[in-house]
Amino acid sequence: MPLSKAIAVAMSGGVDSSTVAAMLRAEGHQVIGLTMQLWNQRRLAGRTGMPETVQGRCCSLDDVYDARRVAETLGIPYYVVNQEDRFERDVVRPFVEEYLSGRTPIPCSLCNNHLKFDQLLIVAQQIGADALATGHYARVEFDQHGGRWLLKRPADRSKDQTYFLFGLTQEQLSRTLFPLGEMTKPEVRDLARRHGLALAEKPDSQEICFVPGGDYKNFLDAYLAEQGDALPDTAGELVTTDGNVIGEHGGIHHFTVGQRKGLGVATGSPLYVIQIKGDARQVVVGSQEELYSTTMRVRKINLISVGVLGEPMRVHVKIRHRHEPASAQLEASGNDELTITFDRPQRAVTPGQAAVFYDGDVVVGGGWIA
Amino acid sequence: MRRVYFDNNASTPVLPEVFDAMRPYFGERFGNASSIHHHGQDTRAAVERAREAVAELVKCRSSEIVFTSGGTEGDNLAIFGLARSGDRVISSTIEHHAVLNACKHLETMGCEVTYIPVDGHGQVDPDDVRRALRKNTRLITIMMANNETGVLQPVEEIGKIAVEADVYFHTDGVQAAGKVPLDVSRIGCDLLSISGHKMHAPQGVGALYVRKGTLLQPMLYGGRHERSRRAGTENVPGIVALGKAAELAIETFRRGDDHTMASSRDRIQQTILDKVEATGLNGEGAPRVPNTTNIYFDYIEGEALVIALDLKGLAVSTGAACSSGAIEPSHVLTAMGLRPDRARASIRFSLGKQNTPEEIDFALDLVPQTVSRLRELSPVYNKTTVSN
Repeated sequence: MPLSKAIAVAMSGGVDSSTVAAMLRAEGHQVIGLTMQLWNQRRLAGRTGMPETVQGRCCSLDDVYDARRVAETLGIPYYVVNQEDRFERDVVRPFVEEYLSGRTPIPCSLCNNHLKFDQLLIVAQQIGADALATGHYARVEFDQHGGRWLLKRPADRSKDQTYFLFGLTQEQLSRTLFPLGEMTKPEVRDLARRHGLALAEKPDSQEICFVPGGDYKNFLDAYLAEQGDALPDTAGELVTTDGNVIGEHGGIHHFTVGQRKGLGVATGSPLYVIQIKGDARQVVVGSQEELYSTTMRVRKINLISVGVLGEPMRVHVKIRHRHEPASAQLEASGNDELTITFDRPQRAVTPGQAAVFYDGDVVVGGGWIA
Repeated sequence: MRRVYFDNNASTPVLPEVFDAMRPYFGERFGNASSIHHHGQDTRAAVERAREAVAELVKCRSSEIVFTSGGTEGDNLAIFGLARSGDRVISSTIEHHAVLNACKHLETMGCEVTYIPVDGHGQVDPDDVRRALRKNTRLITIMMANNETGVLQPVEEIGKIAVEADVYFHTDGVQAAGKVPLDVSRIGCDLLSISGHKMHAPQGVGALYVRKGTLLQPMLYGGRHERSRRAGTENVPGIVALGKAAELAIETFRRGDDHTMASSRDRIQQTILDKVEATGLNGEGAPRVPNTTNIYFDYIEGEALVIALDLKGLAVSTGAACSSGAIEPSHVLTAMGLRPDRARASIRFSLGKQNTPEEIDFALDLVPQTVSRLRELSPVYNKTTVSN
């Protein structure tokens, strides 16, 4: 049995984090359950386009109830930590602003960087915990040779969440535990059952937690209306890659790169969104082939397995959550910026999404696609 | 683990004498107080004895006491029992949610509510109340003592204003009952609500003083219990306990225990203010109930401090818990003009009759070291100290 430690567990009320709490408790650690209160679901309920009743998963009372019940079952102290202000500032507002500038944001990564492994980790340390454990599927280990903490893909590749964790610093990784890294989801559910957790069969959550039903357009409208702002007019032209105007669109935030439906123009061959030009409010459309690109720039870099990037480096790069990492070369191209050249063209490189670089199972680092 | 409880403004333990008094009414003395037989007569007598004790606590006639399920019900019965569409109501910005949210609801029913602000000490200015009066003002509802700061409001002056203007005056006395002597005639109020579990009786019982001749619209309809002011079979064990707790409270005032408690409270706050830098008292300079002190610890999150202390065995509180259990910044402290970060950095210590000097020593040892650890890990504190 490992040495007994005080460990805070970020509990969402789902199967994964609940199982983590049960595992660590069974190992004899002093476990403290923490849930972040991030968003008040009732805030936007009933506004235009938003459901009257609370439907989202994030911070719902049901999930807090589930987490609290698990904590009671395990006999561990449990607290809800209010991080609503930080969540709005560091996740919700950037999410809204990114869409309005024609990019496609990933709030989960922002939440991990600014809330879960920042604020919550600080609270965990302040209340006397040596480490913070979460239910993410990933692995963290210390590399003796390089003297660095490594983030690695989990045993269950189908559940790999390293894509959302590329922003973790060495300090954060040194205090983080991912106890599910060696397990598959069925194994986790089985373990939950064996620990007598009532929520062992609870379905996985998929959507962005604060956007009910995944309808982000209605969320943007409702949020801006609540803030007393009208949705800015981002309507403009629909243009082809060679600059011909072929129609108009109702607002750039309705589009994402690679999108085919809802373009509002009929042509002989299928059209896709190739690019969104935020300043010009133009949505550039083209053929399937034009959706492929070989190079991209990545900004706001966080490196994990290496301290600095000197020579160009061979890696595999993942450009969206469900993307199979593609082989590429990485090289520094400016202040806090890298250029990536893929061996084979990649479909729908989307500004606002993360690019995460892998060397086998090891996460080299990542950044945001410019 | 040793557990020390300094959150008596949230709830108090039932004192052994109180528990002894109520215990028979769970078992052998179970009759319905409305029944005509022996069993009913027995519990009826117990209820009326308790009514007399509570009447003595607030210095009124026993017929003026209505038993309720607690503070929230008393506040709601007073407010909705009197205010009608078209009326004006005067309240304050620092009321408990039982009053505040009742007033918010009145606004949706066609009432206009004026919320009197407080000064930096957390007190309402009676002149503001006077200035807020209008022809159609029907009710003033302003608390006696604030739950978060313990600051006493100038209720006697407000009472005079209410009498002069011929306006009903309700005061939420939940945090005052058992802590300071009460006298409804001196206060000049028409209604005063109290809660059992804030004064060492159990949760689920309370009382509302209703001055004779005050016609209240009931909220519960049913039998003619409580002189048709509150239908429902009496919670006899709870009522008996409240009566016993009232008797004990009166005794403690005779013995001067409230002064002893004030000294204990002063020792807590003085030691913390001396030992821990960047701290201060919320509600300083205002008269307060003897058991409460509210202290801000700059550069920390009160929420983290409460959790850290709880894990070490000390129960205190900060802000208000929302439905998930997360902490929201206190509306009382922000109404007093505290910066939001300072409001979030504030902790309430509230003593009860069961607390001992050794428990205070324990807390005074634990709090400074816990605050230091939190500050060591606080990005804001480190930035500030480095730049100094």
